[in-house]
Amino acid sequence: MTAVRVGGGLGFYGDSYRPALNLVEAGHVQYVAFDHLAELTLAILAKDRRRDPSLGYARDLLPLLRFLWPAAVQRGVRLISNAGGLNPMAAGAAAAQVAHDLGLSARIGVVHGDDFRGRLDLVEWDDSDPSAPPPVFANAYVGAAPILSALDQGADLVITGRVADSALFLGAIAHALHWDLSGAGPIDWNRLALGAVAGHLLECSGQVTGGNHSGHWQSIPDLDRIGYPIAELSDTGTLRITKVPGSGGRVTRDTVREQLLYEVHDPSRYLTPDVTVDLSETWLADAGPDMVDVCDVRGHVRPDAYKVLAGCPDGFLGQGLIGFSWPDALDKAEAAAAILARQVQAMSLSTTAPTAEYLGVSSFHGPLAAPVDRGRVNEVYLRMTLRTATRGAADAFARLFPPLALSGPPTASGLLGVDRVRELFWSRTGLIPRSVLDRGVRVDVRPAPAFYAGGSETRGGSTLL
Amino acid sequence: MRQPMRQLADVAACRSGDKGNILDLSLMAPNATVYAVLQQHVTADAVRHHLAPWAAGPVTRYELPRLHALKFVVEAALDGGAARSGRADNLGKTLGAALLRLEIPWPPSSSPSSPSSPSEGPDTGPPPDDEGGSHA
Repeated sequence: MTAVRVGGGLGFYGDSYRPALNLVEAGHVQYVAFDHLAELTLAILAKDRRRDPSLGYARDLLPLLRFLWPAAVQRGVRLISNAGGLNPMAAGAAAAQVAHDLGLSARIGVVHGDDFRGRLDLVEWDDSDPSAPPPVFANAYVGAAPILSALDQGADLVITGRVADSALFLGAIAHALHWDLSGAGPIDWNRLALGAVAGHLLECSGQVTGGNHSGHWQSIPDLDRIGYPIAELSDTGTLRITKVPGSGGRVTRDTVREQLLYEVHDPSRYLTPDVTVDLSETWLADAGPDMVDVCDVRGHVRPDAYKVLAGCPDGFLGQGLIGFSWPDALDKAEAAAAILARQVQAMSLSTTAPTAEYLGVSSFHGPLAAPVDRGRVNEVYLRMTLRTATRGAADAFARLFPPLALSGPPTASGLLGVDRVRELFWSRTGLIPRSVLDRGVRVDVRPAPAFYAGGSETRGGSTLL
Repeated sequence: MRQPMRQLADVAACRSGDKGNILDLSLMAPNATVYAVLQQHVTADAVRHHLAPWAAGPVTRYELPRLHALKFVVEAALDGGAARSGRADNLGKTLGAALLRLEIPWPPSSSPSSPSSPSEGPDTGPPPDDEGGSHA
């Protein structure tokens, strides 16, 4: 029997990568994959790229590599990351610099070609808004095949742009278990679905090992040293979820169920670029302490189009935060909100009114929150936001907060620093035919020094499929 | 006599996620008995009505009897999505907890011992109870 163990090393740009070192050193894994990208992340990276065209990738890739790459090379653990974001070639070059600094001899593979900004006419948008402004990013969710190709070509580190989260893991699993993803021969969809589900379960790091647990969260031990997840698959079609022995957190049917269903929409048609996953008959079995088997995952033929996600500029958000103490804390915060609203109107900062949220009272559940006894509220923060057309108007709104300390209701305090201005993006989704994207996806695998010298120019490279 | 009510928080767990402007909720029961009650009372319409202050809808429900879970896909729920939202909770992370504020009849009007469709085949289904008694 052939088997593979893959680790989930990161759940988002900004996640801790310390548990990933534990995966490399004590997890007995052959691969660790890192999911840096959420939908929101692309908007953040687009702002980076606009400031500096050599950016646009998740920069935590570099400290991450310095932290654990030597241990991975030593143990032959291969790393896969979508930290390339909007600029995978630049991320490859930066990673090569790290290899140079560390004196590592490694091959780097870069997967690129998911950027559709220049080919928007090929996208069939889900909305049909002709007035939508040009997107600052437009990327297709690529599948596992180019990752498999990079690993086949000997890459020790694979850096991608916007691939489907699950594909980061499926590419590694397919490589280890010698699965063919090309479609040249008949495809075992059930097998591919199991690999995609493994990836789905691992892509959010600690969220399957007891983090953000919606059940009895008090029973999850030692989150300070949480173990990140490991998927163990065999060529006989089994999938087991576990974590590094001795680490914190917990793997139970409850924690696995929660992540299994997370953000899948229709569980009988969970769409990935590689396979359509059907969880409608799936169940979970205890296999021992911190071990859960995932059973009866079904797969169906993959969609014949890839998903495209684009971000279109949609104005700005000005925001501020100011606290008030008992007595009359909530009354004071509401009075401050009224003052700000009148000032916004007088200054004509926006065509819309600002929105007030009361942190500690109702900022999360709004009208659904249970009413509070006003006289007993110890303290409350007012967070107020204003949508504006210009950055300047948003900034002017945020600057209305500090004067409230001397010229507003009493006991204003805790003027905490927040991002005064946020640039907003409207997300658009659409589809492009597989054949269109497949023609453009490229895989470059070279020894690190070749990337180090290469900059962001594409030289050589092999077209997939 | 007035039907006694119970908050979902007392009997189930819920995690929320986001895709663009769409809120994705997983409502999870500790066992088949509770699942049958949820299936009966937590309809798509009940969720749409409960979340109406936050979400324009529509709401689609999916049933997972083997996992004792219901999924709800709530459209136009996140103030334009994480990159556009002005909300403190721009990802909708707390809206699963908001669903748990929903009250349902308890004990349920029809006997939970004859649930309409939980699947517990001895050979293929999951064990009847999740460990830990985590929600009740």
